[in-house]
Amino acid sequence: MTTWQEFIQRDAPIPEWPYPIRYGEENEITADVLILGGGIAGCHAAINAARRGAKVVVVEKGMTKRSGSGGAGVDHWLGTCTNPCSKVTPEEYTEAVIDSAGGYDCGPLRYINAKESWDTLLDCEQMGVQIRDVNDELKGADFRDEETKLMFAYDYESRHTIRVYGHNMKPCLYNEMKRLGVEIYDRVMATSLLTEGGKQGTRVIGATGVNMRTGEFYIFKAKATAITMARPGRLWVFSTELNGCASNFTDLNNTGEGLAIGWNAGAEFATMVQAGSTSGGFAYVQLGVGYPDNTWKGCSIVDANGKEVPWVDRDGRELKTVPQRFQPAPGQKFILAHGVGAAPRYENQWNLPVHDLPERIRKGEFVLPLYADLTRLSATERRAIFGLMVGNEGKTRIPVYDTYTKAGFDPDKDMLQAPVMPPEAYKSRHWPDGMAVPHWRRFGRGGLVIDWDLRTSLEGLYAGGGSIFGCGAHASAASSGRYAGRKAADYAHTAAEPVADRKQVDNEKTRAYAPLKQSKGGIGWKELNAGISRIMQDYCGQYKSEETLKVGLRLLRELRESEAAKCYAANPHELGRTLECQTLITVGEMVIHASLAREASSALLNFSRLDYPKVDPPEWHQFLPMRLEDSKVKVRELPLDYHLKPPYAPTYEENYKLHCGL
Amino acid sequence: MSDKVYMVPNPPTPNKAVEFDPEICNGCNLCVDICRSDVMMPNPEKKKPPIVLYPDECWFCGCCVEECNRPGAIKMLHPLNQSIVVSWKRKGTGEYFRLGMKNPPPPNTRPPVR
Repeated sequence: MTTWQEFIQRDAPIPEWPYPIRYGEENEITADVLILGGGIAGCHAAINAARRGAKVVVVEKGMTKRSGSGGAGVDHWLGTCTNPCSKVTPEEYTEAVIDSAGGYDCGPLRYINAKESWDTLLDCEQMGVQIRDVNDELKGADFRDEETKLMFAYDYESRHTIRVYGHNMKPCLYNEMKRLGVEIYDRVMATSLLTEGGKQGTRVIGATGVNMRTGEFYIFKAKATAITMARPGRLWVFSTELNGCASNFTDLNNTGEGLAIGWNAGAEFATMVQAGSTSGGFAYVQLGVGYPDNTWKGCSIVDANGKEVPWVDRDGRELKTVPQRFQPAPGQKFILAHGVGAAPRYENQWNLPVHDLPERIRKGEFVLPLYADLTRLSATERRAIFGLMVGNEGKTRIPVYDTYTKAGFDPDKDMLQAPVMPPEAYKSRHWPDGMAVPHWRRFGRGGLVIDWDLRTSLEGLYAGGGSIFGCGAHASAASSGRYAGRKAADYAHTAAEPVADRKQVDNEKTRAYAPLKQSKGGIGWKELNAGISRIMQDYCGQYKSEETLKVGLRLLRELRESEAAKCYAANPHELGRTLECQTLITVGEMVIHASLAREASSALLNFSRLDYPKVDPPEWHQFLPMRLEDSKVKVRELPLDYHLKPPYAPTYEENYKLHCGL
Repeated sequence: MSDKVYMVPNPPTPNKAVEFDPEICNGCNLCVDICRSDVMMPNPEKKKPPIVLYPDECWFCGCCVEECNRPGAIKMLHPLNQSIVVSWKRKGTGEYFRLGMKNPPPPNTRPPVR
């Protein structure tokens, strides 16, 4: 008996909730450093704050040992510019990423990643994560360094991305936190930040939380707080009907609490308008269908008749051999890795299958379906792609490697079919995403504005990982978490004792438990989520204008006051999911406010205003940080290179040396 | 199972997400506690496999399978709208296979790189 349907079709009563119900019961916890979000960034932040002697508390909505975007594993580590084999400097790497993003990226975050991601990976190795080919299984491969036994991905010449055996990354981080005495509160969602005097814009002195199994309430008081939570994954599109929550790169828990609670506390945010698009529930198994990119980078693609699709360099020159797919083009300094978060500029462009594949399919040159044919690669390359990367990456070790091999798939003999899609869909490199619908938006890389201490605009509040604007990928989350943990601990050493404002706590309790008091006939969280998504699709979709954005704001406000206010939660789990919807409403409002503030379209931000069609006019080429002040939205202008202008030093290296705390 | 016919809502989709082998599973609930989304609930009957209460919330990350220390007790099942198009062609023979097929080929027992 596995399913609920089986369970209820028997002669026995419906079981009661399996966990004790303790709605509203208060737990008061004090810490030096409070980490909100126990994903990759949060764990590294906790470990590094604890190593500096701080009493550390971690609050996590799922289960820290395995939750978060990196919870299921990781297969490659980006920006390890300081590894002994790298031919790229931190400065070169940072400039390449920032420039690829058209400047709309976070300089301190990228530089910290380039300076510290190798050291962070060595930390992980100390904790028990394998990062080298110690058993010499792939000896002699062109991506392997014989001395260090490190193995590289994507660019075998410049060697700044390392292939790792990260399937046990989270359990290793978890054990290290336990060893260091970090207190972990799992199944607790952070619902608000506590501020000095209960006022918006003052020092952050902790947070409140609700347990999604028991309904207990938590008051966390801390000298320093770090937000290390994910971006929202279901703001524009939500339906579990097709494939549950399988198709998203982020899990159901990711609703942007870090954004919403920071916003309500008065912290400042940037690039909230940036967005991509998605195929929603029509996506394929993540990294689990034939394609030539990302984890499967360099794999041969053949058509239904066995005809191979040629690979070309950035200039469209055909690459005659397989090893050339992993080498920079003539005159190219280095290739950027996959997963950075920005498609590379020309200088660091990837090698890819022919750029005009859709046209060639239309003309009949290649017959669908296409297949990923690993047998055409060397045995070591094939093993590195399927045995190492697919075998260790999150969402592929069990879902793809284990599941497919048990079903008989053998990369030495078999070709994995690519999804069969309209020809134009093959223009995108990431075929498992399917055919994206432009107004089904996917939250981009908006987030908290930080300084060189990874401190937000609020005293006592630090940030790491996906909560920082511009952040992308596992290594970036890890290294920024590591840095933020140090800085938060250093601040906590000198900070005054936190005093919670009782009125602020009581107001939050009233808000948090309201969904339990509604009529059982009220709508549930799933329908509410779908309503929020509809508003975002229609009024803040691919094309925006002042009129429709304002309607969207009005509808979100009305939804909050009517349907959301009547939403009913039957148990602590549903309570948490309902509160997440309130979070989504807030994040939706943030996106709309940001969209109203930017009166210019931008290709770099994938942002289209019908009423301001001019694309990327120079006067709008800047950040527009926004925050709440006395509950009113305030927007200011900030140069894209603010991190290299006064009060900061003019170079990355000087700023890093002044602030890194090492 | 009773022969009675009950008035029940349609099963949530995807219907299963994970499946237990009651012969192997000892109801330790390790998978219940590792799941990020609380997809499974402990069975009121001790030592019995958990109940999949929220399959619609599954991310299909496989952490429950990874953490289980009784091989074969729990299996992750991709949603049908994805698994039905996971297929492969054997180069040497031209045979077609797919996830979930009636007569699957023998398993490939090679583990990931260590």
